[in-house]
Amino acid sequence: MDTLMNFLSALCLLVGALICVSGAVGVNRFNDFYTRMHAASVTDTLGAAFILIGLMLISDQFIVIAKLMIILLLGLIVGPTTSHVLAKAALKNGLKPNIPEQSRNDISKK
Amino acid sequence: MIIAATLAIFAAMALALARAVLGPSLYDRILAVNMFGTKTVLLIALLGFLMGRPEFLDIAIVYALINFISVIGVLRYSGSNAFKHENIADETIEQSASRSDKWTP
Amino acid sequence: MNIVLLTFLLIVAIAIIRTRDLFAVTMLLSIYGLLSASFFVTLDAVDVAFTEAAVGAGISGLLMLVAISITGRKEQSAKRKPFIALLVVSLTTLLLFYGISDMPYFGATDAPIHNHVAPRYIQDSMGEVGIPNIVTSVLATYRAFDTFGEVVVIFTAGIGVFALLSSSNAHSQAKNIIPDQNSMDKRHLVIRIVTKILFPFILLFALYVQFHGDFGPGGGFQAGVVFAAAVILYAMLFGMKEATKVFSQSLVQVVAAIGVLLYASVGVATLLLGGDFFDYNSLASDPIAGQHIGILVIELGVGCTVAAVMMIIFFSFNDLQEQPKADNNKEPEL
Repeated sequence: MDTLMNFLSALCLLVGALICVSGAVGVNRFNDFYTRMHAASVTDTLGAAFILIGLMLISDQFIVIAKLMIILLLGLIVGPTTSHVLAKAALKNGLKPNIPEQSRNDISKK
Repeated sequence: MIIAATLAIFAAMALALARAVLGPSLYDRILAVNMFGTKTVLLIALLGFLMGRPEFLDIAIVYALINFISVIGVLRYSGSNAFKHENIADETIEQSASRSDKWTP
Repeated sequence: MNIVLLTFLLIVAIAIIRTRDLFAVTMLLSIYGLLSASFFVTLDAVDVAFTEAAVGAGISGLLMLVAISITGRKEQSAKRKPFIALLVVSLTTLLLFYGISDMPYFGATDAPIHNHVAPRYIQDSMGEVGIPNIVTSVLATYRAFDTFGEVVVIFTAGIGVFALLSSSNAHSQAKNIIPDQNSMDKRHLVIRIVTKILFPFILLFALYVQFHGDFGPGGGFQAGVVFAAAVILYAMLFGMKEATKVFSQSLVQVVAAIGVLLYASVGVATLLLGGDFFDYNSLASDPIAGQHIGILVIELGVGCTVAAVMMIIFFSFNDLQEQPKADNNKEPEL
């Protein structure tokens, strides 16, 4: 039982860390703000969830599990809200998305 | 395993920092700071486990809240005229393309 | 790990100096505060990391944001190169290095601070005061006088900001009532609902931090900042009118003063009961219980004052921002 928990936790931590790093790479490599926003918000929330679940599996006191659960809930509520708010602010203040020419013509033709 | 995860989070923080320093527009920087904040929350939780002190989790909760409040503050104060985004580089392309079709959200 | 964090700090510091856009500078300063908090965490200093995360990364960034939304976004370029200033700063740096080389090494076991002061606190704190968190016991009992000074300084800062910035309030009340345009529109429904859900939990967490300061990281300062952050969030999203319905200006000022008075009255009570100033042993029949009562009351005073002063500063800045620019609601055409 103990080694199973350790193995699952290591797996969760590994997956979470990979997701976080890929999100950070995506933020650097995409060339438009809105696509960067996709990379940042999705991978942030998911990676955080995996890492926190991984930490929950190897902790022994109940209070630690409870606090990790609170951080997880907070992250799940706050993360998507922040990205929504940021994208809305950027759109309202005039930052236009970088639509390439071909899709722009497709949209106009409908 | 926790050490490997901590190193990976460090790498992610370094990349987010690069975007915060470079980012051409203002909103790239805000995005990078937000991402840096959530990575710091994870880092503090991992460091707390590494050093065997579960009290660090209180700091993680506070930091998650403060990160949220900062980004909301940015939204609130970006409505003022000082922060209008200036699309200098691609003004003509936008103007020529948007005369015929309106991009509707 | 320390080297990595310090390198980050250095990169961020250089970026702060080189950037001209003040908004980006605020963002970078917030990252700087975060990095400092992580650094304190690696140094195993939990309370300091807590306060740095709450104040340096959150509230300072927010207040600076409000300030530059009033003043302007671009930094003015320097008119001439200040060579004399560079000379003075370099000279001071060299003198500081010379002075530091005399001090004992970081963590050396024969430094005076590790031989006299720290062991006494560490060994005797549990017996004399009876709470597990040594930082709180040092802050509240052994150094209660210094903490009193800190609280008075915070209170004075709040009064100073209020005195400087409230002279324009008289003008805004004399004019016609400007419609409450500094709140978010009803269209921002998502964030309003999320804030309404989160608000009681943030307040509860502030109270938890306040009263848990004896056993874990926390205490009055951190709790006050978290409380003020919750109220600032509400005020930002729902407008000043809604926020002042509950926390009116006069109430906040009175609470700030009450905090300092609570702290001082504990000291006076100990004087009246026969002990020294801030000697909590005389507050109850059992000295340990007296210590607990004393620490509880002064942390409450600190929390009240810090929360109230943060709110005063934010409300003063916010009132200053309401007056100009009546055409903010025009949405740019997409």
